[in-house]
Amino acid sequence: MIRSEILKELKPLLSDQLVVCNIGLPSQELHMIDDQPTNFYMLGTMGLASSIGLGLALCQKEKVIAIDGDGSVLTNLGTLPTIANNTADNFILLIIDNGSYGSTGDQPTYAGKKTSLTDVAKACGCDNVVECRAENTFEVMKEALLGNQMTIIVCKCESGNVKVPVITMDPVVIRDRFMKAVVSKNT
Amino acid sequence: MLIEDKIVRDFVKNEISFVTTVPCKQLAGVIDKIEDSKDIYHIPSNKEDEGMGLCAGAYLGGKRPAIIMQNTAIGVTINTLVTLTQFYRMPLPMLISYRGELGEPVACQVEMAVHTKALLNQLHIPTYHFHKEDDVEELDKILQYTFMCNKPVAILTDATFWKGY
Repeated sequence: MIRSEILKELKPLLSDQLVVCNIGLPSQELHMIDDQPTNFYMLGTMGLASSIGLGLALCQKEKVIAIDGDGSVLTNLGTLPTIANNTADNFILLIIDNGSYGSTGDQPTYAGKKTSLTDVAKACGCDNVVECRAENTFEVMKEALLGNQMTIIVCKCESGNVKVPVITMDPVVIRDRFMKAVVSKNT
Repeated sequence: MLIEDKIVRDFVKNEISFVTTVPCKQLAGVIDKIEDSKDIYHIPSNKEDEGMGLCAGAYLGGKRPAIIMQNTAIGVTINTLVTLTQFYRMPLPMLISYRGELGEPVACQVEMAVHTKALLNQLHIPTYHFHKEDDVEELDKILQYTFMCNKPVAILTDATFWKGY
């Protein structure tokens, strides 16, 4: 399974959740599969989806899912100790780990070689780290959403991309409708 | 009133409730007061661009954030300031230790100091420079201005303002 297939399968679970999605193809795929006001698409700034997601989770009550990639987590590796030491039990970080930088032409990442992001997350102090195969992501995410504990999911999948259009929505529109969705979900 | 107390008081007055910090000797007193404040969630970050991501998330969640960092961080955060904070039009007060100014004992700090204002100017970031103790009186208005215009705003605080290194 590749990332776009995982996102398609997760669609019923993600639809009404607050989702912060990684730059590039992940956001473009999510936008194509299921555009929602509850999605915050990153149009720039590689690596910060998990940080934005954590900040959001710490500042309001609703569950927050950050969809990240192995390459982006490696770019902002300092995020894992911050997540571990600032508990937000409404926060789920889904790392789609295909061992490659998908948006830039599938160059290999170190996560696809000797480095295990699951072990890194645990070593950083994250208490609830679940590694799963792509085929089991739906069940693992379902369980994480039912639970009340911060969860890091490392989903091991194949690398590969589908053709998707870029997101042409204005960033301020993305931000504004997302903030309104946050308010309405919290009231 | 201590400058540190005045700064935290103005943060709280402007409903800033989420502050990320990267350590700095000059700003250590403020960071301590932020940590002690019951009105502010203090979240230390490992790098300043990570901190700006946390602040963006806090703002999306309906809180007013701020970041405390050194001027060397301008070099680290240009991409984040441009493609996240400015692109999505988010407010972000940046209380910055202006290292490398008069009184600086470490030569290497001057190398970034000479670029600091030029970079902020190039990025079209409103910039205020606290040099004399009374300059802190403008902080309240600067914070109001930041949340009025939804921009990152820099407040440079040098060694003379902090009365030495």
